[in-house]
Amino acid sequence: MTSALFIDRLEVIFDRFRALKGVSLEVQSGESFGLVGESGSGKSTLLRAIAGLAPVASGSITVNGKTLGPRRDKAFYREVQMVFQDPYGSLHPRQTVDRLLQEPLAIHGFADGEKRIVRALDEVGLGTGFRFRYAHQLSGGQRQRVAIARALILEPSILLLDEPTSALDASVQAEVLNLLEEVRRRRKLTFLMVSHDLAIITHMCERLMVMQNGEAVEKLTADDLVRRHVTKDYTRNLLRASEGFVRTA
Amino acid sequence: MSALLDVENLRVTFPTRTGLIEAVRGVSFSLGRERLGIVGESGSGKSQTGRAIMGLTPPQAEVTARTLAFDGIDLLAASPRDRRALRGKRIAMILQDPKYSLDPVMSIGRQIVETLRTHERVSRAEARDRAFAMLEAVQIRDPSRVFDLHPHEVSGGMGQRAMIAMMLIAGPEMMIADEPTSALDVTVQLDVLGILDRLVSERGMGLIFISHDLRLVSSFCDRVIVMYAGKVVEQLKASELGRAQHPYTRGLLNCMPKIGADRHPLPVLDRKPEWAA
Repeated sequence: MTSALFIDRLEVIFDRFRALKGVSLEVQSGESFGLVGESGSGKSTLLRAIAGLAPVASGSITVNGKTLGPRRDKAFYREVQMVFQDPYGSLHPRQTVDRLLQEPLAIHGFADGEKRIVRALDEVGLGTGFRFRYAHQLSGGQRQRVAIARALILEPSILLLDEPTSALDASVQAEVLNLLEEVRRRRKLTFLMVSHDLAIITHMCERLMVMQNGEAVEKLTADDLVRRHVTKDYTRNLLRASEGFVRTA
Repeated sequence: MSALLDVENLRVTFPTRTGLIEAVRGVSFSLGRERLGIVGESGSGKSQTGRAIMGLTPPQAEVTARTLAFDGIDLLAASPRDRRALRGKRIAMILQDPKYSLDPVMSIGRQIVETLRTHERVSRAEARDRAFAMLEAVQIRDPSRVFDLHPHEVSGGMGQRAMIAMMLIAGPEMMIADEPTSALDVTVQLDVLGILDRLVSERGMGLIFISHDLRLVSSFCDRVIVMYAGKVVEQLKASELGRAQHPYTRGLLNCMPKIGADRHPLPVLDRKPEWAA
Protein backbone atom coordinates (compact mmCIF):
# COMPACT_ATOMS: atom_id res chain seq x y z
CA MET A 1 0.00 0.00 0.00
CA THR A 2 1.37 3.40 -0.90
CA SER A 3 0.99 6.28 1.45
CA ALA A 4 -1.39 9.03 0.43
CA LEU A 5 0.78 11.68 1.92
CA PHE A 6 4.47 11.58 2.72
CA ILE A 7 6.17 14.61 4.19
CA ASP A 8 9.89 14.58 4.73
CA ARG A 9 11.74 17.10 6.91
CA LEU A 10 9.54 19.98 5.86
CA GLU A 11 10.71 23.50 6.71
CA VAL A 12 8.56 26.58 6.31
CA ILE A 13 10.15 29.99 6.84
CA PHE A 14 8.24 33.28 6.88
CA ASP A 15 10.86 36.01 6.47
CA ARG A 16 13.23 34.90 9.19
CA PHE A 17 10.70 33.06 11.34
CA ARG A 18 10.91 29.26 11.17
CA ALA A 19 7.27 28.20 11.40
CA LEU A 20 7.98 24.54 10.68
CA LYS A 21 11.27 23.00 11.77
CA GLY A 22 11.78 19.82 9.82
CA VAL A 23 8.53 17.97 10.32
CA SER A 24 8.07 14.47 8.83
CA LEU A 25 4.80 12.66 8.51
CA GLU A 26 3.29 9.74 6.67
CA VAL A 27 -0.45 9.27 6.19
CA GLN A 28 -1.76 6.03 4.68
CA SER A 29 -4.40 6.03 2.01
CA GLY A 30 -7.86 6.03 3.61
CA GLU A 31 -6.53 7.00 6.99
CA SER A 32 -7.69 9.92 9.09
CA PHE A 33 -4.79 11.72 10.69
CA GLY A 34 -5.00 14.52 13.24
CA LEU A 35 -2.72 17.42 14.08
CA VAL A 36 -3.07 19.02 17.54
CA GLY A 37 -1.29 21.83 19.28
CA GLU A 38 -1.71 25.35 20.57
CA SER A 39 -1.83 28.40 18.32
CA GLY A 40 1.53 29.04 16.74
CA SER A 41 2.52 25.38 16.91
CA GLY A 42 2.64 25.13 13.12
CA LYS A 43 -0.27 22.74 12.66
CA SER A 44 -2.15 24.98 10.24
CA THR A 45 1.08 25.97 8.50
CA LEU A 46 1.74 22.29 7.76
CA LEU A 47 -1.66 22.00 6.14
CA ARG A 48 -1.20 25.18 4.18
CA ALA A 49 2.27 24.11 3.02
CA ILE A 50 0.75 20.94 1.55
CA ALA A 51 -1.89 23.01 -0.25
CA GLY A 52 0.79 25.33 -1.61
CA LEU A 53 -0.25 28.26 0.57
CA ALA A 54 2.92 28.58 2.66
CA PRO A 55 6.52 29.13 1.53
CA VAL A 56 8.37 25.81 1.72
CA ALA A 57 12.09 26.37 2.38
CA SER A 58 13.25 22.75 2.24
CA GLY A 59 12.02 19.19 2.56
CA SER A 60 9.60 17.36 0.34
CA ILE A 61 5.90 16.62 0.08
CA THR A 62 4.77 13.49 -1.77
CA VAL A 63 1.11 13.01 -2.62
CA ASN A 64 -0.03 9.61 -3.87
CA GLY A 65 3.52 8.76 -4.92
CA LYS A 66 4.19 12.03 -6.71
CA THR A 67 6.66 14.46 -5.21
CA LEU A 68 5.45 18.03 -5.48
CA GLY A 69 7.45 20.84 -7.01
CA PRO A 70 7.29 24.46 -5.91
CA ARG A 71 4.11 24.99 -7.94
CA ARG A 72 0.97 22.92 -7.72
CA ASP A 73 -0.63 21.82 -10.99
CA LYS A 74 -4.31 21.28 -11.66
CA ALA A 75 -4.02 17.54 -11.18
CA PHE A 76 -2.89 18.18 -7.60
CA TYR A 77 -6.02 20.15 -6.76
CA ARG A 78 -8.20 17.38 -8.12
CA GLU A 79 -6.59 15.07 -5.61
CA VAL A 80 -6.30 17.42 -2.63
CA GLN A 81 -8.89 19.90 -1.43
CA MET A 82 -9.08 21.98 1.72
CA VAL A 83 -11.81 23.11 4.09
CA PHE A 84 -10.97 26.21 6.10
CA GLN A 85 -11.74 27.20 9.66
CA ASP A 86 -13.93 30.20 9.16
CA PRO A 87 -16.96 29.60 6.97
CA TYR A 88 -17.66 33.32 7.13
CA GLY A 89 -14.35 34.18 5.51
CA SER A 90 -13.85 31.35 3.06
CA LEU A 91 -16.94 31.79 0.87
CA HIS A 92 -17.18 34.61 -1.66
CA PRO A 93 -19.69 37.12 -0.24
CA ARG A 94 -21.05 38.15 -3.63
CA GLN A 95 -21.39 34.76 -5.24
CA THR A 96 -24.35 32.44 -4.92
CA VAL A 97 -23.78 28.89 -3.75
CA ASP A 98 -24.33 27.80 -7.36
CA ARG A 99 -21.63 30.16 -8.64
CA LEU A 100 -19.24 29.08 -5.86
CA LEU A 101 -19.64 25.45 -6.80
CA GLN A 102 -19.29 26.13 -10.52
CA GLU A 103 -15.90 27.76 -10.11
CA PRO A 104 -13.85 24.60 -9.46
CA LEU A 105 -15.81 22.76 -12.15
CA ALA A 106 -15.04 25.47 -14.71
CA ILE A 107 -11.36 25.52 -13.78
CA HIS A 108 -11.07 21.80 -14.27
CA GLY A 109 -13.28 21.67 -17.34
CA PHE A 110 -16.03 19.38 -16.12
CA ALA A 111 -18.91 19.11 -18.55
CA ASP A 112 -21.56 17.62 -16.23
CA GLY A 113 -21.60 20.61 -13.86
CA GLU A 114 -25.35 20.68 -13.37
CA LYS A 115 -25.48 17.10 -12.17
CA ARG A 116 -22.47 17.48 -9.93
CA ILE A 117 -23.79 20.57 -8.19
CA VAL A 118 -27.11 18.92 -7.42
CA ARG A 119 -25.32 15.83 -6.17
CA ALA A 120 -22.78 17.75 -4.08
CA LEU A 121 -25.50 19.79 -2.36
CA ASP A 122 -27.46 16.65 -1.75
CA GLU A 123 -24.45 14.88 -0.32
CA VAL A 124 -23.84 17.56 2.33
CA GLY A 125 -27.52 17.56 3.27
CA LEU A 126 -28.45 20.97 1.92
CA GLY A 127 -30.67 20.15 -1.04
CA THR A 128 -31.19 22.33 -4.09
CA GLY A 129 -33.23 24.90 -2.17
CA PHE A 130 -29.93 26.47 -1.11
CA ARG A 131 -28.48 26.62 -4.58
CA PHE A 132 -29.19 30.26 -5.39
CA ARG A 133 -28.55 31.75 -1.97
CA TYR A 134 -25.67 33.93 -0.92
CA ALA A 135 -23.32 33.05 1.92
CA HIS A 136 -24.80 35.73 4.18
CA GLN A 137 -28.20 34.06 3.89
CA LEU A 138 -26.85 30.88 5.45
CA SER A 139 -26.07 29.92 9.04
CA GLY A 140 -22.52 29.00 10.07
CA GLY A 141 -23.21 25.29 9.83
CA GLN A 142 -24.83 25.63 6.41
CA ARG A 143 -21.85 27.66 5.19
CA GLN A 144 -19.44 25.00 6.33
CA ARG A 145 -21.56 22.45 4.48
CA VAL A 146 -21.20 24.54 1.31
CA ALA A 147 -17.43 24.68 1.87
CA ILE A 148 -17.38 20.90 2.20
CA ALA A 149 -19.50 20.54 -0.94
CA ARG A 150 -17.06 22.77 -2.80
CA ALA A 151 -14.16 20.62 -1.66
CA LEU A 152 -15.91 17.38 -2.61
CA ILE A 153 -17.22 18.44 -6.00
CA LEU A 154 -13.93 17.59 -7.73
CA GLU A 155 -13.92 14.16 -6.10
CA PRO A 156 -10.56 14.50 -4.38
CA SER A 157 -8.95 11.61 -2.54
CA ILE A 158 -7.42 13.74 0.21
CA LEU A 159 -9.18 16.36 2.30
CA LEU A 160 -7.23 18.89 4.35
CA LEU A 161 -9.39 20.13 7.23
CA ASP A 162 -8.24 23.20 9.12
CA GLU A 163 -10.33 23.47 12.32
CA PRO A 164 -13.51 22.85 10.32
CA THR A 165 -15.84 23.16 13.32
CA SER A 166 -14.19 25.57 15.73
CA ALA A 167 -16.36 28.50 14.62
CA LEU A 168 -19.56 26.50 15.12
CA ASP A 169 -21.87 25.84 18.05
CA ALA A 170 -21.49 22.47 19.77
CA SER A 171 -24.69 21.00 18.33
CA VAL A 172 -23.84 22.18 14.81
CA GLN A 173 -20.31 20.89 15.29
CA ALA A 174 -21.69 17.42 15.93
CA GLU A 175 -23.67 17.57 12.68
CA VAL A 176 -20.67 18.68 10.63
CA LEU A 177 -18.38 16.07 12.19
CA ASN A 178 -20.95 13.38 11.42
CA LEU A 179 -21.17 14.62 7.85
CA LEU A 180 -17.39 14.50 7.45
CA GLU A 181 -17.23 10.97 8.80
CA GLU A 182 -20.00 9.87 6.51
CA VAL A 183 -18.42 11.26 3.32
CA ARG A 184 -15.09 9.82 4.32
CA ARG A 185 -16.60 6.38 4.72
CA ARG A 186 -18.58 6.62 1.51
CA ARG A 187 -15.76 7.97 -0.65
CA LYS A 188 -12.86 6.28 1.16
CA LEU A 189 -11.18 9.64 1.64
CA THR A 190 -7.93 10.38 3.41
CA PHE A 191 -8.25 13.11 6.05
CA LEU A 192 -5.58 15.34 7.47
CA MET A 193 -7.35 17.30 10.17
CA VAL A 194 -6.15 20.15 12.35
CA SER A 195 -7.80 20.97 15.66
CA HIS A 196 -6.86 22.42 19.01
CA ASP A 197 -9.42 20.12 20.59
CA LEU A 198 -8.09 16.71 21.60
CA ALA A 199 -11.58 15.28 21.98
CA ILE A 200 -12.46 16.10 18.37
CA ILE A 201 -9.22 14.61 17.08
CA THR A 202 -9.63 11.37 19.03
CA HIS A 203 -13.19 11.19 17.79
CA MET A 204 -12.31 11.72 14.13
CA CYS A 205 -8.81 10.32 13.69
CA GLU A 206 -6.99 7.02 14.09
CA ARG A 207 -3.58 8.55 14.56
CA LEU A 208 -2.40 11.98 15.53
CA MET A 209 0.65 14.14 15.90
CA VAL A 210 1.08 16.65 18.71
CA MET A 211 2.94 19.79 17.67
CA GLN A 212 4.59 22.65 19.52
CA ASN A 213 6.72 25.54 18.26
CA GLY A 214 6.89 24.18 14.73
CA GLU A 215 8.09 20.76 15.80
CA ALA A 216 6.50 17.38 16.26
CA VAL A 217 6.26 16.58 19.98
CA GLU A 218 5.01 13.04 19.54
CA LYS A 219 3.00 10.80 17.28
CA LEU A 220 0.47 8.44 18.77
CA THR A 221 -2.71 6.58 18.02
CA ALA A 222 -6.08 7.77 19.23
CA ASP A 223 -6.20 4.61 21.36
CA ASP A 224 -2.97 5.56 23.11
CA LEU A 225 -4.48 8.90 23.95
CA VAL A 226 -7.67 7.38 25.30
CA ARG A 227 -5.64 5.03 27.50
CA ARG A 228 -3.33 7.87 28.50
CA HIS A 229 -0.29 6.17 27.00
CA VAL A 230 1.47 9.44 26.36
CA THR A 231 5.18 9.99 26.81
CA LYS A 232 5.58 13.76 26.66
CA ASP A 233 4.63 16.27 29.35
CA TYR A 234 3.26 18.66 26.78
CA THR A 235 0.72 16.11 25.59
CA ARG A 236 -0.17 15.33 29.19
CA ASN A 237 -0.82 19.04 29.80
CA LEU A 238 -3.07 19.20 26.76
CA LEU A 239 -4.97 16.16 28.01
CA ARG A 240 -5.41 17.67 31.43
CA ALA A 241 -6.51 20.99 29.97
CA SER A 242 -9.15 19.29 27.85
CA GLU A 243 -10.86 18.00 30.99
CA GLY A 244 -11.96 21.45 32.09
CA PHE A 245 -11.19 23.62 35.06
CA VAL A 246 -10.04 22.07 38.30
CA ARG A 247 -10.11 24.25 41.39
CA THR A 248 -6.96 24.07 43.47
CA ALA A 249 -7.95 24.67 47.05
CA MET B 1 -28.15 36.83 52.07
CA SER B 2 -29.46 39.71 50.03
CA ALA B 3 -28.82 39.43 46.34
CA LEU B 4 -26.26 41.59 44.59
CA LEU B 5 -28.20 41.56 41.39
CA ASP B 6 -31.89 41.00 40.82
CA VAL B 7 -33.21 40.35 37.36
CA GLU B 8 -36.87 39.73 36.77
CA ASN B 9 -38.56 39.37 33.43
CA LEU B 10 -35.76 41.01 31.43
CA ARG B 11 -36.55 41.62 27.77
CA VAL B 12 -34.33 43.05 25.05
CA THR B 13 -36.02 43.88 21.76
CA PHE B 14 -34.39 44.96 18.51
CA PRO B 15 -36.39 46.73 15.83
CA THR B 16 -35.50 45.39 12.38
CA ARG B 17 -36.89 45.88 8.89
CA THR B 18 -38.89 42.70 9.26
CA GLY B 19 -40.36 43.59 12.64
CA LEU B 20 -39.32 43.29 16.25
CA ILE B 21 -36.75 40.69 17.21
CA GLU B 22 -36.81 39.66 20.85
CA ALA B 23 -33.25 38.66 21.71
CA VAL B 24 -34.01 38.19 25.40
CA ARG B 25 -37.54 37.10 26.33
CA GLY B 26 -38.28 37.27 30.01
CA VAL B 27 -35.13 36.21 31.82
CA SER B 28 -35.17 36.12 35.61
CA PHE B 29 -32.41 35.25 38.04
CA SER B 30 -30.58 36.65 41.02
CA LEU B 31 -26.91 36.70 41.82
CA GLY B 32 -25.20 36.69 45.19
CA ARG B 33 -21.49 36.57 45.83
CA GLU B 34 -21.10 33.47 43.73
CA ARG B 35 -20.10 32.25 40.30
CA LEU B 36 -23.05 31.98 37.99
CA GLY B 37 -22.68 30.56 34.50
CA ILE B 38 -24.95 31.50 31.60
CA VAL B 39 -24.72 28.95 28.81
CA GLY B 40 -26.30 28.82 25.40
CA GLU B 41 -25.58 28.69 21.71
CA SER B 42 -25.12 31.68 19.46
CA GLY B 43 -28.33 33.66 19.28
CA SER B 44 -29.63 32.36 22.62
CA GLY B 45 -29.50 35.86 24.14
CA LYS B 46 -26.79 35.15 26.70
CA SER B 47 -24.53 38.03 25.64
CA GLN B 48 -27.45 40.45 25.32
CA THR B 49 -28.46 39.56 28.87
CA GLY B 50 -24.98 40.49 30.09
CA ARG B 51 -24.92 43.67 28.05
CA ALA B 52 -28.32 44.78 29.29
CA ILE B 53 -27.15 44.46 32.91
CA MET B 54 -24.02 46.40 32.03
CA GLY B 55 -26.02 49.04 30.16
CA LEU B 56 -24.29 48.40 26.87
CA THR B 57 -27.32 47.51 24.77
CA PRO B 58 -27.24 49.29 21.39
CA PRO B 59 -29.35 52.50 21.47
CA GLN B 60 -31.94 51.28 18.97
CA ALA B 61 -32.84 48.30 21.14
CA GLU B 62 -35.35 48.45 23.95
CA VAL B 63 -34.68 46.97 27.38
CA THR B 64 -37.56 46.32 29.75
CA ALA B 65 -37.76 44.43 33.01
CA ARG B 66 -39.99 44.16 36.02
CA THR B 67 -36.84 44.39 38.14
CA LEU B 68 -33.28 45.09 37.12
CA ALA B 69 -31.57 46.08 40.31
CA PHE B 70 -27.94 46.08 41.35
CA ASP B 71 -27.46 46.36 45.11
CA GLY B 72 -30.87 48.00 45.42
CA ILE B 73 -30.25 50.51 42.62
CA ASP B 74 -32.87 50.38 39.87
CA LEU B 75 -30.68 50.22 36.78
CA LEU B 76 -33.43 51.05 34.31
CA ALA B 77 -34.42 54.20 36.21
CA ALA B 78 -30.83 55.35 36.79
CA SER B 79 -29.57 58.29 34.76
CA PRO B 80 -26.85 57.67 32.14
CA ARG B 81 -24.50 59.53 34.45
CA ASP B 82 -25.24 57.23 37.39
CA ARG B 83 -24.87 54.18 35.22
CA ARG B 84 -21.52 55.44 33.96
CA ALA B 85 -20.39 55.79 37.55
CA LEU B 86 -21.37 52.17 38.23
CA ARG B 87 -19.87 50.81 35.05
CA GLY B 88 -16.20 50.03 35.51
CA LYS B 89 -16.36 50.94 39.20
CA ARG B 90 -18.83 48.55 40.81
CA ILE B 91 -19.77 46.45 37.78
CA ALA B 92 -17.05 45.36 35.39
CA MET B 93 -17.09 43.35 32.19
CA ILE B 94 -14.47 41.20 30.49
CA LEU B 95 -14.96 40.66 26.78
CA GLN B 96 -14.07 37.77 24.57
CA ASP B 97 -11.14 38.85 22.48
CA PRO B 98 -8.44 41.19 23.85
CA LYS B 99 -7.39 41.88 20.27
CA TYR B 100 -10.61 43.79 19.66
CA SER B 101 -11.60 45.03 23.07
CA LEU B 102 -8.40 46.79 24.13
CA ASP B 103 -7.57 50.17 22.66
CA PRO B 104 -4.97 49.43 19.97
CA VAL B 105 -3.27 52.84 20.09
CA MET B 106 -2.88 53.14 23.86
CA SER B 107 -0.31 51.29 25.95
CA ILE B 108 -1.68 48.65 28.29
CA GLY B 109 -0.51 50.57 31.32
CA ARG B 110 -2.22 53.79 30.27
CA GLN B 111 -5.49 51.94 29.72
CA ILE B 112 -5.36 50.48 33.21
CA VAL B 113 -4.49 53.83 34.75
CA GLU B 114 -7.30 55.48 32.79
CA THR B 115 -9.86 53.12 34.30
CA LEU B 116 -8.61 53.80 37.79
CA ARG B 117 -8.42 57.60 37.44
CA THR B 118 -11.90 57.73 35.91
CA HIS B 119 -13.36 56.33 39.10
CA GLU B 120 -11.01 57.42 41.86
CA ARG B 121 -9.05 60.55 42.62
CA VAL B 122 -5.52 59.25 42.82
CA SER B 123 -2.19 60.75 41.88
CA ARG B 124 -0.39 59.63 38.74
CA ALA B 125 2.32 57.92 40.74
CA GLU B 126 -0.14 56.06 42.92
CA ALA B 127 -2.20 55.00 39.89
CA ARG B 128 0.95 53.65 38.31
CA ASP B 129 1.89 51.71 41.42
CA ARG B 130 -1.56 50.22 41.68
CA ALA B 131 -1.52 49.25 38.02
CA PHE B 132 1.81 47.48 38.58
CA ALA B 133 0.40 45.65 41.58
CA MET B 134 -2.66 44.64 39.59
CA LEU B 135 -0.56 43.33 36.70
CA GLU B 136 1.36 41.28 39.22
CA ALA B 137 -1.89 39.97 40.66
CA VAL B 138 -2.85 38.57 37.25
CA GLN B 139 0.52 36.81 37.16
CA ILE B 140 2.29 38.96 34.64
CA ARG B 141 5.91 38.39 35.54
CA ASP B 142 7.41 41.62 34.29
CA PRO B 143 4.80 44.34 34.95
CA SER B 144 7.06 47.29 34.15
CA ARG B 145 7.71 45.94 30.67
CA VAL B 146 4.10 44.99 29.94
CA PHE B 147 2.91 48.36 31.24
CA ASP B 148 4.50 50.12 28.26
CA LEU B 149 3.52 47.59 25.60
CA HIS B 150 0.67 48.08 23.17
CA PRO B 151 -2.02 45.38 22.81
CA HIS B 152 -0.63 44.08 19.49
CA GLU B 153 2.71 43.37 21.17
CA VAL B 154 1.33 40.82 23.61
CA SER B 155 -0.11 37.33 23.20
CA GLY B 156 -3.80 36.57 23.57
CA GLY B 157 -3.35 35.13 27.06
CA MET B 158 -1.33 38.15 28.17
CA GLY B 159 -3.88 40.54 26.64
CA GLN B 160 -6.69 38.79 28.48
CA ARG B 161 -4.79 39.06 31.77
CA ALA B 162 -4.26 42.76 31.09
CA MET B 163 -7.99 43.13 30.55
CA ILE B 164 -8.74 41.32 33.81
CA ALA B 165 -6.28 43.67 35.55
CA MET B 166 -8.03 46.66 34.00
CA MET B 167 -11.44 45.43 35.09
CA LEU B 168 -10.40 44.62 38.64
CA ILE B 169 -8.37 47.70 39.43
CA ALA B 170 -11.35 49.77 40.54
CA GLY B 171 -12.41 46.93 42.84
CA PRO B 172 -15.80 46.00 41.36
CA GLU B 173 -18.36 44.02 43.34
CA MET B 174 -19.75 42.28 40.33
CA MET B 175 -18.05 41.06 37.19
CA ILE B 176 -19.59 39.96 33.93
CA ALA B 177 -17.24 37.82 31.86
CA ASP B 178 -18.49 37.29 28.32
CA GLU B 179 -16.64 34.33 26.81
CA PRO B 180 -13.43 35.44 28.53
CA THR B 181 -11.38 32.47 27.39
CA SER B 182 -12.92 31.40 24.08
CA ALA B 183 -10.20 33.10 22.02
CA LEU B 184 -7.42 31.43 24.00
CA ASP B 185 -5.58 28.12 23.75
CA VAL B 186 -6.80 25.39 26.09
CA THR B 187 -3.71 25.49 28.29
CA VAL B 188 -3.75 29.29 28.54
CA GLN B 189 -7.51 29.13 29.13
CA LEU B 190 -6.97 27.30 32.39
CA ASP B 191 -4.34 29.77 33.59
CA VAL B 192 -6.68 32.69 32.95
CA LEU B 193 -9.57 30.89 34.63
CA GLY B 194 -7.35 30.12 37.61
CA ILE B 195 -6.50 33.81 37.99
CA LEU B 196 -10.12 34.84 37.61
CA ASP B 197 -11.23 32.22 40.11
CA ARG B 198 -8.71 33.27 42.74
CA LEU B 199 -9.44 36.99 42.41
CA VAL B 200 -13.18 36.49 42.48
CA SER B 201 -13.11 34.37 45.62
CA GLU B 202 -10.48 36.52 47.39
CA ARG B 203 -12.44 39.70 46.78
CA GLY B 204 -15.85 38.15 47.34
CA MET B 205 -17.19 39.29 43.99
CA GLY B 206 -20.26 38.11 42.17
CA LEU B 207 -19.37 36.67 38.79
CA ILE B 208 -21.53 36.08 35.75
CA PHE B 209 -19.66 33.81 33.38
CA ILE B 210 -21.16 33.73 29.90
CA SER B 211 -20.04 30.94 27.63
CA HIS B 212 -21.13 28.51 24.95
CA ASP B 213 -19.06 25.76 26.57
CA LEU B 214 -21.32 23.90 28.96
CA ARG B 215 -18.60 21.62 30.26
CA LEU B 216 -16.15 24.41 30.96
CA VAL B 217 -18.81 26.45 32.74
CA SER B 218 -19.91 23.56 34.89
CA SER B 219 -16.34 22.93 36.02
CA PHE B 220 -15.90 26.58 36.94
CA CYS B 221 -19.21 27.91 38.27
CA ASP B 222 -21.42 27.19 41.28
CA ARG B 223 -24.68 27.50 39.41
CA VAL B 224 -25.60 27.34 35.73
CA ILE B 225 -28.41 28.95 33.75
CA VAL B 226 -29.09 27.38 30.36
CA MET B 227 -30.60 29.68 27.75
CA TYR B 228 -32.33 28.82 24.52
CA ALA B 229 -33.97 31.27 22.08
CA GLY B 230 -33.88 34.15 24.55
CA LYS B 231 -35.32 32.19 27.48
CA VAL B 232 -34.00 30.34 30.48
CA VAL B 233 -34.82 26.69 29.91
CA GLU B 234 -33.08 25.34 32.99
CA GLN B 235 -31.33 26.50 36.16
CA LEU B 236 -29.27 24.07 38.13
CA LYS B 237 -26.26 23.59 40.38
CA ALA B 238 -23.12 23.01 38.36
CA SER B 239 -22.43 19.83 40.31
CA GLU B 240 -25.82 18.45 39.28
CA LEU B 241 -25.36 18.97 35.58
CA GLY B 242 -25.35 15.21 35.07
CA ARG B 243 -28.95 15.22 36.34
CA ALA B 244 -30.11 17.93 33.92
CA GLN B 245 -33.80 17.56 33.09
CA HIS B 246 -34.31 19.64 30.00
CA PRO B 247 -33.70 17.81 26.71
CA TYR B 248 -31.81 20.83 25.36
CA THR B 249 -29.30 20.79 28.23
CA ARG B 250 -28.89 17.06 27.90
CA GLY B 251 -28.53 17.28 24.13
CA LEU B 252 -25.91 20.00 24.45
CA LEU B 253 -23.91 17.86 26.87
CA ASN B 254 -24.26 14.80 24.70
CA CYS B 255 -23.30 16.16 21.34
CA MET B 256 -19.75 17.03 22.28
CA PRO B 257 -17.07 14.48 21.43
CA LYS B 258 -15.44 13.06 24.55
CA ILE B 259 -12.07 11.41 24.89
CA GLY B 260 -12.67 7.73 25.41
CA ALA B 261 -16.30 7.70 24.34
CA ASP B 262 -16.58 5.90 21.05
CA ARG B 263 -19.80 7.22 19.59
CA HIS B 264 -20.20 7.23 15.82
CA PRO B 265 -22.11 9.16 14.67
CA LEU B 266 -22.35 11.73 17.43
CA PRO B 267 -25.85 12.30 18.79
CA VAL B 268 -27.23 15.54 17.36
CA LEU B 269 -29.69 17.95 18.88
CA ASP B 270 -33.24 17.41 17.78
CA ARG B 271 -34.63 20.90 18.30
CA LYS B 272 -38.24 21.02 19.39
CA PRO B 273 -40.34 24.09 18.62
CA GLU B 274 -41.86 23.96 22.11
CA TRP B 275 -38.44 24.71 23.70
CA ALA B 276 -38.64 28.20 22.29
CA ALA B 277 -42.29 28.65 23.21
